[in-house]
Amino acid sequence: MIPLLRHARYVLSENPVTGLAFGLFALFLIAGVFGPVLAPYNPLQSNAAMALKPPSAAHWFGTDQLGRDIFSRVLVATRLDLSIAFASVVLAFMLGALSGVAAGYFGGWTDRVVGRLADTIMAFPLFVLAMGIVAALGNEVINIVIATAIINFPLYARVARAEANVRRDAGFIEAARLSGNGEARVVLGHVLPNIMPIMMVQMSLTMGYAILNAAGLSFIGLGVRPPDAEWGIMVAEGANFIQSGEWWIALFPGAALMLAVFCFNLLGDGLRDIIDPRQRT
Amino acid sequence: MTAVPALAVEDLSVEFRTRSGTVKVLEKVGFAVDKGETIALVGESGSGKSVTAFAVMGILDPAGRVTSGRAMFGGADLLALSERDLAEQRGRELSMIFQNPRTALNPIRRVGQQIADVLVRHGGATSADAPRAAVEMLKRVRIPDPERRAEAYPFELSGGMCQRIMIAIALACRPALLIADEPTTGLDVTTQAVIMDLIGELAHESGMATIFITHDLALAAEYCDRIVVMHAGHIVETAPGGELFSHPRHPYSAKLLAATPGETASLADLASIPGGLPDLRRSDLPACRYSGRCERRLEECARPLPHRALGDRHMVACWNPL
Amino acid sequence: MLKMLLSRLATAVPSLIGVVIVTFMLTRLLPGDPAAYFAGLAASPQAIAEIRTKLGLDKSLPEQFVAYIGDLLHGNLGSSLSTGQPVMSEIATRLPASGELTLAALILAVGIAIPLGVLAAVKQGTWIDHLCRIVTTAGVSLPVFFTGLLFAYLFYYVLQIAPAPTGRLDVFLSPPDHITGFYLIDSALTGNMETFWGALRQLALPAISMAIFSLAPLARMTRGSMLSVLGSDFIRTARASGLAPRTVVFTYAFRNAVLPVITTLGMVFSFLLGANVLVETVFAWPGIGLYAVNALITSDYAPVQGFVLTMALLYVALNLAIDCLYGLVDPRVRLDS
Repeated sequence: MIPLLRHARYVLSENPVTGLAFGLFALFLIAGVFGPVLAPYNPLQSNAAMALKPPSAAHWFGTDQLGRDIFSRVLVATRLDLSIAFASVVLAFMLGALSGVAAGYFGGWTDRVVGRLADTIMAFPLFVLAMGIVAALGNEVINIVIATAIINFPLYARVARAEANVRRDAGFIEAARLSGNGEARVVLGHVLPNIMPIMMVQMSLTMGYAILNAAGLSFIGLGVRPPDAEWGIMVAEGANFIQSGEWWIALFPGAALMLAVFCFNLLGDGLRDIIDPRQRT
Repeated sequence: MTAVPALAVEDLSVEFRTRSGTVKVLEKVGFAVDKGETIALVGESGSGKSVTAFAVMGILDPAGRVTSGRAMFGGADLLALSERDLAEQRGRELSMIFQNPRTALNPIRRVGQQIADVLVRHGGATSADAPRAAVEMLKRVRIPDPERRAEAYPFELSGGMCQRIMIAIALACRPALLIADEPTTGLDVTTQAVIMDLIGELAHESGMATIFITHDLALAAEYCDRIVVMHAGHIVETAPGGELFSHPRHPYSAKLLAATPGETASLADLASIPGGLPDLRRSDLPACRYSGRCERRLEECARPLPHRALGDRHMVACWNPL
Repeated sequence: MLKMLLSRLATAVPSLIGVVIVTFMLTRLLPGDPAAYFAGLAASPQAIAEIRTKLGLDKSLPEQFVAYIGDLLHGNLGSSLSTGQPVMSEIATRLPASGELTLAALILAVGIAIPLGVLAAVKQGTWIDHLCRIVTTAGVSLPVFFTGLLFAYLFYYVLQIAPAPTGRLDVFLSPPDHITGFYLIDSALTGNMETFWGALRQLALPAISMAIFSLAPLARMTRGSMLSVLGSDFIRTARASGLAPRTVVFTYAFRNAVLPVITTLGMVFSFLLGANVLVETVFAWPGIGLYAVNALITSDYAPVQGFVLTMALLYVALNLAIDCLYGLVDPRVRLDS
């Protein structure tokens, strides 16, 4: 643990941008957890008299077409956006890591089935497949999570499979086998924990993509419904007012979106440098 | 020897900047090759043989820097030339061939075309008659069915063939000097002999000077007039082949010979050289980098190395030679 | 070479089968009664029952699957509830619009990303290398719909140099005679220059928005591949042979470096086809993406299904083309099989 922390400090000193990413991540975490408490106004409270007002001292990000405070809405939306992305990444990880490890460790039919499944998913343009899945399963937030998880599944499966393959004949795995552990125990208790660091890197790297995906789906009307505050849907609402010059309705949620994705991408890069620098491009 | 040598390297020092410090890879390396002469640069892995060649050719890794020295070739100091002028010389007046011939050739370009590229660049051929000249080169390196082979890609040819192609590329413009960096490593023994013979013949035909870089003393003895022994970035001894084998004067050369399988030695007789190369990142390196593992070490060995000339063309850098 | 092309074709077949199966399952996995979905929100129980028999939804799953395949082979993708038109013909009419947009974005992206990546690799550490790094990192963070909106706001509303984001052509111009369906090509072929420039002006912002999005992975791959090739053994030989720097970089290094970039194009197309939907929504571009989005809003199910299938088939075909292109360009693949 200590060597890891020391290595982490070395990487951070080499690369201050990663430090910035960690800082941003902390901010988003605070916004996500304490958003509703920190928001100056009720995000759902409409006020017709104050509709479409540009940013001011009273309303930092201005108000939207229903007079709601945009700053509060952007702040509160953090929780929804990050939870959706996080849930789908965790789900993709669980499905992908388990099948990938099984495929890499056992080979044979398991490998072929998992491979076929991953290939079939990859045969679609991923966003289009997500659209189709949400349309099929129903226009609910939970289905956004499921759809995003499904389209991220092949990536996790592939990484897990490669890692399990490498470790299959490793010394410590032999040892676990020889001490009488059943195959399932070896896989779950030894292989899986050992690949966790690399999977963490993957998860962080795909968080950004998951956020973009969820926001894209809600932009076209899938999943989150008004009056819920979510960045993608807020940009969609703001899109109607771009042509008449009320730029703040779409800009602030969009900027928050960008910042969040940027933050997670940098975080993923930084984590990868700490854990497995050989992968750097 | 009063004639001007083909290449005269003097006081060459090279440093490499790495994450863990500056490595003084070469220190005051100096040797000369006469026209038409064939010498060998021998030493363990890591002794700096290839780095010497790369420095002379100007193709050092970006982390490497020449900190002192000259390489006089054709009346000019190669190390002081601009990249542009150097590129004019390379391939035309001095050439280099490398080990692993398969990876040293462009994998998606026909071999005949690769030879033609050099001919067009340096040899004054036009793109129209370069292909024919390339086939002529293939004949010179004794490749059977040269017209067809010129259309082949490297992955379609054997290792030995690829090495011949490299030789063809290197000698297409009849350079005055050829540097061959372990050209036969990775080839089977018969092919090794064939390649070495080929280089020897072509060198003899055109009076070309040759530098062989190798860790194989036996090979060096068989094909070279003179042998230059390197250790940890220093030249420790230079001698004509026969003399080095019968009377090595530097303790390291003697150990190298003892470690080389000869015709009569059995594996049991092979001696290993104790110790390993010193860590070249240290700033407190002794003047003689071999003294750390030398049995004949004296107090004086901390003093800067001498260069004792022992007879004609035999030099040893040691305070306590054999 | 024919053998290589045929073997590539063979690998596309499992993908095709997978696509058909998945799209079939998507129509049957609907929570509740599929017939109700196809009949529409306002349908009476009787209408739903009619639809059920009409679409064969009362038969067993394997029988439905066979019928589905039959329908596909006849080009029958059902009918849209809102327009009453066959989905197939609506998609066919709108496909050229999406195609023109995607192609324009691709050409733009490749035209910028590859030179950028090459220069960044050759001139490491200079401003162009840093620019490339910024583009690569920022590019993957930009939500394409947001960039589109930003551009529309900046260039249309503020700077007033771009036309209103309202589709392929200004209302005062009429579309050129239909040859390919691509307005730029058709108007150029018929000499209708006013329409050509009008169409180009409308195409600019949406294409640029999409291009920026796909620039990042291409530039990153090009730079990485170029760096890797420049450090390889055969480049060292080329330099040792004194070849001119331009020959070393372009004839020797670049041609080798471009091979992995071709493979990256597959992923780039996946992004592009997805981004298509979002950009069409922002710019009211009358392609199949907007068609699907409108159908989604009105819970009109058949067009969405047709859209997913079309996009998937297009993607399989594009991947096949990329595979074949790679096979043609790399002699190791071309000759080995």
